[in-house]
Amino acid sequence: MNTGAIIAIYRFEMARWFRTIAQSILTPVLSTSLYFIVFGSAIGSRIEAIDGVPYGAFIVPGLTMLSVLTESVSNASFGIYMPRFSGTIYEVLSAPISSLDMVLGYVGAAATKSFILGLIIMTTARLFVPYSIEHPLWMIVFLLLTCVSFSLLGFSIGLWADGWEKMQIVPALIVTPLAFLGGSFYSIQMLPEPFRTLTLFNPVVYLMSGFRYSFYGQGDLGPTLSLALLAAFGGACLALVLWLLETGYRIRQ
Amino acid sequence: MSRVPILSLASVEKVYKTGHHALKGVSLEVHQGELFALLGPNGAGKTTLIGIVTGLVKKTSGTVLVSGIDIDRDPARARAHVGLVPQELSTDMFETVWDTLCFSRGLFGKPKNPEKLEEILRDLSLYDKKNAKIMTLSGGMKRRVLIAKALCHEPSLLFLDEPTAGVDVELRRDMWKVVDRLRRGGMTIVLTTHYIEEAEQMADRVGVIHGGQIVLVEETSTLMKKLGQKKLFVELEEPLLALPEALASAGVELAAGGLKLIYTYDAKAEKAPLEPILRALDEAKVTLKDLQTKQSSLEEIFLNLLKGTNQS
Ligand SMILES: Nc1ncnc2c1ncn2[C@@H]1O[C@H](COP(=O)(O)OP(=O)(O)O)[C@@H](O)[C@H]1O
Ligand SMILES: [Mg+2]
Repeated sequence: MNTGAIIAIYRFEMARWFRTIAQSILTPVLSTSLYFIVFGSAIGSRIEAIDGVPYGAFIVPGLTMLSVLTESVSNASFGIYMPRFSGTIYEVLSAPISSLDMVLGYVGAAATKSFILGLIIMTTARLFVPYSIEHPLWMIVFLLLTCVSFSLLGFSIGLWADGWEKMQIVPALIVTPLAFLGGSFYSIQMLPEPFRTLTLFNPVVYLMSGFRYSFYGQGDLGPTLSLALLAAFGGACLALVLWLLETGYRIRQ
Repeated sequence: MSRVPILSLASVEKVYKTGHHALKGVSLEVHQGELFALLGPNGAGKTTLIGIVTGLVKKTSGTVLVSGIDIDRDPARARAHVGLVPQELSTDMFETVWDTLCFSRGLFGKPKNPEKLEEILRDLSLYDKKNAKIMTLSGGMKRRVLIAKALCHEPSLLFLDEPTAGVDVELRRDMWKVVDRLRRGGMTIVLTTHYIEEAEQMADRVGVIHGGQIVLVEETSTLMKKLGQKKLFVELEEPLLALPEALASAGVELAAGGLKLIYTYDAKAEKAPLEPILRALDEAKVTLKDLQTKQSSLEEIFLNLLKGTNQS
């Protein structure tokens, strides 16, 4: 393992983020604030509490996950797509770096960014609605695992895409719909059949449910099942990424 | 003097996914401390060859050893010896020169060494730009930054892919100086070019690559001598029994039972090299039937090379 290289890539990616730090932080703070003004205060005051949790508080974990999911995917995919696109990837490919080193550097940085983002959003939300976190450890574990596994997914998109359209297509057509329909704004118990059953095939549902459990001690499904599925999803993404790198798919001719 | 090959390729083949056969059984050795020029027109396979050694391109078959290390068996250890300056000017624009060098060194897992990086920057006349953002530099400087990046992990073999392509005359001279200084510092350098003069000016040895094949490998001085060679064929109406003294001493040979004279000469070295021969023929009062000059086959290769260059 080339630790120096992992650190170099990680630093480089973080520096890229810090160069636009104001934008990186202000954008999510602003959009979260807007969500809470509209859904939390304006509309939320007319919606009854779900399982005893006021609607404003109910959407905190969902909104956090929604942003973390999309940011993980976009951060990690751009992190590797840009050097491929500009040609600077040659330097990484010609250095004594294993596939795993590359993943640790790039995905590590992307996951760190979205983890920080998640914390920022939860902090901002606290300004609008009072909430407490019942199981902080579960919360950290879920947040971290989500950051890592969706960054891995994003990384594989960035490795696979050979044009800007493809970079947009997976997030727009798959990730965003799944995230929105994953129960970020509602409990799946509120859905009529057959949608309630169909929803169970959406992996994001388990994630949202698990994350919400860590906040309020209750969720649509058990936290252990959520955790197991999330871990399996992360493992599958890691395998996909390593396979793409090892076969040199679209990066080594 | 026994010289160690720092790079050795044996029967390397490359067929791209498109089906294009870019390298056809390339075998080559580069010795420690030499400057080897890989000369060939666009599309000959130069970049492909470099890509295979540096890990950017997967070869289809064959063996590549860097400092005796098989790149298939221990790619990481083999790559640690190699520095690469790519053909395309691709650098991160928003970073400073210094940061990008630290990144490059870091990628090779080497501990920090600011003195070394400073030395490299000074050698490339970039020291006063160390805190400048790369996007603010001129094209010539950007290229030197790429060289600096390739050097900062202290490689023993440096690849320069077309360091002077699309560069004006002044920058080209500048680049030659930089390369010359590196070579005198003991660096083994493989550079690619499609300019014959460039290979002639700089290289210890030249390898000519064409259509994915190494056509020849030669010491530069030998190659240049061969390149200049031409042959004059003179056909006579009536056979000559013996060569007149003036022709014999100039090195003219008699062939075809006295019906043909052959004269090999260096078209580059002398001015009007045929002048004395023609005069001697005139004085010998022989009747000429036909006159013909021919280039060595090597020259023909190069003419083709040049044609390829001009088309692009
Ligand atoms: N990624 C690729 N896929 C398919 N063909 C390629 C690829 N890269 C290069 N080639 C082809 O291989 C040949 C050799 O290319 P290259 O090594 O770049 O030549 P040179 O560097 O000598 O100009 C060219 O005909 C080129 O079109
Ligand atoms: Mg080339």
